Amino acid sequence: MSETILAIQNLSKKYKIKTHPFSLKYAWLKAVNDVSLNIRKGELLGLVGESGCGKTTLAKLLLFLEKPDQGKIQWRDTLLTGLGPKKLKFWRRLVQPIFQDPFASLNPKQTINQILQEPLLIHHLGDRRKRNRAVNQVLTEVGLSPKLKTAYPHQLSGGQRQRIAIARALILKPEFIIADEPTSALDVSVQAQIVNLLLESQAKRQITYLFISHNLSLVANIAERIAVMYMGKVIEIMERNQFLGEHHPYTEVLWSSIPRLERKTKINVQQWGEPPNPLFLPSGCVFHPRCKQKIEICKKEVPSLKEIKPGHWIACHLF
Amino acid sequence: MLLKVHNLHVWFRKKKETIPAVNGVSFSIAQDDTLGLVGESGSGKTITALAILGLVPPPGEIIKGEILFLGQNLLFLPPKRWQQLRGKEISIIFQDPMTSLNPVFTIGEQIAEVFTHHFEYSTKEAKIKAIELLKKVGIPAAESRLNAYPHQLSGGLRQRVMIAMALAAQPKLLIADEPTTALDVTVQAQILELMLNLKRQMGMSILFISHDLTVVAQVVRRIAVMYAGKITEMANTEELFKNPLHPYTQGLLNAIPRIEDVSDKKRHLRTIAGQNGQAFTTLGCPFAPRCDKRLPICLRRMPDFREYSEKHQVACWLYE
Repeated sequence: MSETILAIQNLSKKYKIKTHPFSLKYAWLKAVNDVSLNIRKGELLGLVGESGCGKTTLAKLLLFLEKPDQGKIQWRDTLLTGLGPKKLKFWRRLVQPIFQDPFASLNPKQTINQILQEPLLIHHLGDRRKRNRAVNQVLTEVGLSPKLKTAYPHQLSGGQRQRIAIARALILKPEFIIADEPTSALDVSVQAQIVNLLLESQAKRQITYLFISHNLSLVANIAERIAVMYMGKVIEIMERNQFLGEHHPYTEVLWSSIPRLERKTKINVQQWGEPPNPLFLPSGCVFHPRCKQKIEICKKEVPSLKEIKPGHWIACHLF
Repeated sequence: MLLKVHNLHVWFRKKKETIPAVNGVSFSIAQDDTLGLVGESGSGKTITALAILGLVPPPGEIIKGEILFLGQNLLFLPPKRWQQLRGKEISIIFQDPMTSLNPVFTIGEQIAEVFTHHFEYSTKEAKIKAIELLKKVGIPAAESRLNAYPHQLSGGLRQRVMIAMALAAQPKLLIADEPTTALDVTVQAQILELMLNLKRQMGMSILFISHDLTVVAQVVRRIAVMYAGKITEMANTEELFKNPLHPYTQGLLNAIPRIEDVSDKKRHLRTIAGQNGQAFTTLGCPFAPRCDKRLPICLRRMPDFREYSEKHQVACWLYE
């Protein structure tokens, strides 16, 4: 087991939301609720959950695009939370994001060359010749021709744009990449190409990945570990060889929701219902209203993450 | 035969170029049958659906072909007659239930409209019918939900309302255009099961359109795979998964991250080289530039869509 490179401790972020568009009342939406997670050096950690579970907010907190209300984020020996904007600049170079929609994340008024040079200019890296060389190199690395340098984003296909977004992340030689649903806007055949590109860069450059997705079958195919989020909480963390073992009841629901070609046992999917309103979370375990294995204690007490096997953590009273 | 689409061509003419979005598509759906139309974005699957409803957006036009619904060619119908069919005999569920429901009317009003428009029910009767339908699609507390506006419902409930509206008039054909793409997986499983149950009860035919082969396979008996405006392969669902013939179908099946494939070791996905689209203008097979089994003839001539075995057709030179 390799060392922890990024430690997240009791991280929380809540937003003040109107309970109704015309209402004067506010409620707190706990987008990320007391999350602790360790990310190991060089691994690809998959983070899955349904929409609204807080996975993107967690990514924003790690990127320092949002300020946490509570908790610590530590990179190697450096405590990042509490650092001022100037001292954080080193982190902004080490961590790079790749977003979902390559149509929205590239500036339509810049050429590919300008888009790729901008990170280097911001961090004052290299002279003009070196920057040009870096752009050519990174374009080749993501499987594009350096001739595309003069093109604008609208001239490229979705897959090509996502490659540019990856190139923009790679050009700073980051150590940690947060990919937030990087393939959900793409066709399946293109998705496979993009995912393989990320896996290659992980192996070649020893980059640590946080791969966020709602697609459990995709993540299960590529991740070394998976963390499952539900309503702002991490409810399960598992190693690759534990993907097919026993799980938190919510993870079971996610597994069995995946369309399969041959389904042996018939399950009653209607009883799952839908996620609760995040403004008014249920008491106790947030999953208990949808859980068919719930016991009395689930309504009262919030379960904490427990290690049931080495490396396998579950937050559930049943374990 | 309930619906027979024959040699359908829908072209989009722009100033300089013509894009044949649908380029010679033929298929048929019998009564009480289900067909899946699968393809990546830009393959022409949605335009095919819109053509059946007479809703092709300009500058698109139906250039040639036939759409026979119960033996009647819809393309020769006056627009008014076509409008009477829409929502009554043929209805559609769209991908995004937020943009396809009207935000300023309650869902009760929107469902009741189907009855008042097509059947001249009174408002009161229509309301009773609407409650019945909401119960049928599994919406809890249907009476009180009747007065809810779309924004007050979750994505899954909204899609249930869309299904209720689409099935209100007991159509003979239901077109579902990516009905679960905007939904979470747990909700998707529920909506797919609901559609299957309703089909069993009501006996309508379904044309199910999706980019996701595994989702389509949950619902339909036969699948047609589209690429660049053409159907490249059509077979029964099990047959297609067991014995995919066209290199594009094979590539597509391999590229899907399947839960069945999860093992301890392997950690990459199999790919199809190249990009889709921009293949409309070739004389040969549109997939040829990306195909790893390409023959010299593939670039020059389009293969015919031929019977390979009973219930399995393919357009590929490898099987000529």
